Amino acid sequence: MIEKTVNQKAWFLVAPVVAVVAFNALIPLMTVVNYSVQETFGNNVFFWEGVKWFEEILHSPRFHDALLRQMLFTGIILLIEVPLGVAVALTMPRRGPWVSVCLVLMALPLLIPWNVVGAMWNIFALPDIGLLGKMINGMGIDYNFTQQPVAAWFTTILMDVWHWTSLVVLLAYAGLCSIPEAYYQAARIDGASAWAVFRYIQLPKMKRVLTIAILLRFMDSFMIYTEPFVLTGGGPGNATTFLSIDLVKIALGQFDLGPAAAMSLIYFLIILLLSWIFYTLMMRNEAQ
Amino acid sequence: MAKITLEQIAHSYLRSPDTDDDWALKQLDLTWSDGGAYALLGPSGCGKTTLLNVISGLLRPSRGRVLFDDRDVTHIPSDRREIAQVFQFPVVYDTMSVFDNLAFPLRNRGVGEDRVRPRVIEIARMLDLEDMLYRRAAGLTADGKQKISLGRGLVRSDVNVIMFDEPLTVIDPHLKWELRSKLRELHQEVGATMIYVTHDQTEALTFADQVVVMHEGRVVQTGTPIELFEKPSHTFVGHFIGSPGMNMLPCDIRDGMPWFLDNPIEIASAVRGHQEASRLEIGVRPEFVRFGSTGVPVEIVKMADVGRYRVVDARHRGHSIKMVMPEDLDIPPENARVVFDPSKTQVYGDGWILT
Amino acid sequence: MAIELRNVTKRVGGETHIYPTDLALEQGCFNVLLGTTLSGKTTLLRLMAGLEKPSTGEVWFKGQNVTGVAVQKRNVAMVYQQFINYPNFNVYDNIASPLRVNRTAAKEIDARVRKVAELLQIAPMLQRMPAELSGGQQQRTALARALVKDAELVLLDEPLANLDYKLREEFREELPKLFLDSGATVVYATTEPAEALLLGGYTATLHQGRVTQFGPTAHIYRHPLDLISAQVFSDPPINHARIRKQGGSFYYSDSVHWDVGGYRSLADGDYVIGFRPHHIGLTPVGGTTVKVIGSVVVTEISGSESVIHARVNEDTWVSLSPGIHPLKRGDEVQLHVQVDKCFYFDAEHRLIPRQDI
Repeated sequence: MIEKTVNQKAWFLVAPVVAVVAFNALIPLMTVVNYSVQETFGNNVFFWEGVKWFEEILHSPRFHDALLRQMLFTGIILLIEVPLGVAVALTMPRRGPWVSVCLVLMALPLLIPWNVVGAMWNIFALPDIGLLGKMINGMGIDYNFTQQPVAAWFTTILMDVWHWTSLVVLLAYAGLCSIPEAYYQAARIDGASAWAVFRYIQLPKMKRVLTIAILLRFMDSFMIYTEPFVLTGGGPGNATTFLSIDLVKIALGQFDLGPAAAMSLIYFLIILLLSWIFYTLMMRNEAQ
Repeated sequence: MAKITLEQIAHSYLRSPDTDDDWALKQLDLTWSDGGAYALLGPSGCGKTTLLNVISGLLRPSRGRVLFDDRDVTHIPSDRREIAQVFQFPVVYDTMSVFDNLAFPLRNRGVGEDRVRPRVIEIARMLDLEDMLYRRAAGLTADGKQKISLGRGLVRSDVNVIMFDEPLTVIDPHLKWELRSKLRELHQEVGATMIYVTHDQTEALTFADQVVVMHEGRVVQTGTPIELFEKPSHTFVGHFIGSPGMNMLPCDIRDGMPWFLDNPIEIASAVRGHQEASRLEIGVRPEFVRFGSTGVPVEIVKMADVGRYRVVDARHRGHSIKMVMPEDLDIPPENARVVFDPSKTQVYGDGWILT
Repeated sequence: MAIELRNVTKRVGGETHIYPTDLALEQGCFNVLLGTTLSGKTTLLRLMAGLEKPSTGEVWFKGQNVTGVAVQKRNVAMVYQQFINYPNFNVYDNIASPLRVNRTAAKEIDARVRKVAELLQIAPMLQRMPAELSGGQQQRTALARALVKDAELVLLDEPLANLDYKLREEFREELPKLFLDSGATVVYATTEPAEALLLGGYTATLHQGRVTQFGPTAHIYRHPLDLISAQVFSDPPINHARIRKQGGSFYYSDSVHWDVGGYRSLADGDYVIGFRPHHIGLTPVGGTTVKVIGSVVVTEISGSESVIHARVNEDTWVSLSPGIHPLKRGDEVQLHVQVDKCFYFDAEHRLIPRQDI
């Protein structure tokens, strides 16, 4: 274990980061806190409202629906992306010329800007001119994501899986690569089946990276905005109006700064709480 | 258990090897009998791990055949060769208990739980792991984990051979003694064929009945520890085994007797075939050199106290002659002369023994 | 004194890594820290280097209190068990790196790098990258980097542990000479007693965060202060047994006893003896010996000696006997203990000095 000696000069080097973090995280956050307890009618006139907005949001069916939708969405994509990512990582070659080809292919979706992904899938899935939409309809299934809630969900989930499974793949792959060859050899000698190798060697050794992968995917998907906004705009109706889309509607569409601020704080606390619970559980397991 | 025969085995990691250097294993023939304790000894890069992988089936040799008893296993993968291996770094299944680790190879082979339990407990008793059977394997110390790796080999009754790849690398010296004598004890108790790969001569000599010394992809000598010590058939064996290694002194043969510069050296057996050799050397171990009233005059340059003996560095006209002296033996203050034990002194031509 | 630890302790969290320690190493000497893994060797090295600050106590270097002075400001070099080199520098640049930090003139750098490379026999590899070198050559490069600095204090943390047996032998001969010629004070941590003896100089034995003894290497090998120090400095492990003094004799059992010799004035009671494996053998050698009957547990034969593990009463002892003795498990053996070579310890396991000398 290598630790460094204490050198006070190091603080100067950290100072710019502290300034940046303060500027783009702390100050906006404090502004939001400020809004969340006040009422405004424009002209920079504010009235103190206390916790009224928080109560209102917590009791509003609209928020409950959005939260439920959000949790469902995040749950579904985690259930698909994590096993799928691990499965893909397992099939990737671990050495040879194909390694870099696979890695580049896997990284491609991650490099595409979010709004482009949304626009791409929007066109791709259009029932009349999109390749996907046309194909599905061609198979005799009535599919129109701009009008059917189920189709909208299906398309949104498919898009997210396409966009983000690669991240899980890359992380799981890194975990797999760090397993020493001796483990595989020992398992072969012990007569372990492929399933046993996965269950007792690969999965335990991937646990740490998978924890990170799940955390990242959880937080990201919980805050998803751009792609469904471009794809479906939250519709049809409110079918794909996830929390962040709803939030923007309140804040900008209705210009209700107070409730929007209160909602974003609640939103933030939910993510923080769930991440913390998940991480603590995983790490406690580790310690045992 | 089985006899292991390696027939004209050679291996190269290159697709089309042309020069001699391209072969990690140059041609070798070896037979290992059932129930023996063998060591494969050599410096890193001598080909010992390659040979081990050929036997275990992790590597298919470029040429030659591997036989277990009379069965040709050259093309059979390692999981169907019924072997066990202990690796340099301990391999345990972290999430399982010690018990489950030991039971793993049996359960994989569909052995019933009623037979697994007594067998696991028996092996745990042999390895002194009884107290920790229900602890998680991940929490054990390095020597405990190595015992588990070994136990996973011992637990199976159908094992042809148990192989050890430098198993004591990560073990503390004072525990090395314990684990090594435990291995030796287990070998006598279960009578399995064991092959122990190492670069450490002490581990090889104390563990094995037969030691195979490898150098640059070749087997330079196979023999008992005593043979390797008293009559190395190659200067490399003389150098590599023993600490300090064998003294090698240039010589020429006059009337059938070796001469080291101007000193005739008495040896017990006759020198043969020295005419063809371009370079002749006398080899004598530091343990078989002692002070005498006649012999080679030397100057004493250095004396190292190593506790239970002393290593004396003597020089004769620039040639170093090392001697190992018991703790309480006196060293002549001046005009020292050394004599070599004639029955333990050999002559080598181009590295190979001529006596 | 080159480096001095004055009542130094180190605690991390609630755990004590180093108990109060005083240790003074002389200028230009070769010192060995001997102890098992986790005995505190590395922590002591790091305290000396200034990589860690002691929880209490002071570190003095050449008459100056350097407690808390950053390692960068001290002239210290350190070499680790792992071969640590800059992977993207060739050997030349690796060796030159500490000099470049100090802004030494290019000409001087070149001269010094080549001289050190010559000394360590890596001159032909100067243009190669570390990955293209063997383990021994990589460690030579790391040692060269330590040597080129002309550091006053050189700390070596098990530098040979990852090398082949024969290479270690070579290094052990070279190392003390190399560093002592440079005038540096060297501290060398190892787990192997044989290595300490071969390196010579001074040795400190460590056990669970305490220095149990410090002195000239051969001296403390022969005169351990207590049982722990003797155990740390013995490979194979030292044998020990409980004995009882009654009148003019020591008793191991009713039938095994011997004359007290130089311990005549000792009070009657329980004591402990410790004896090294080469002081118990199959044939009686010199001095005073007593005979015990044991049962063989296992025999290990090296080329010229046999290591016999045997059970005697409740004890398991190890004998290192010259010659080849292929004994089998359960065989009965007569073992002869050289009782005049034994260490006698009191109930607290402290050595009792002989009174007749």
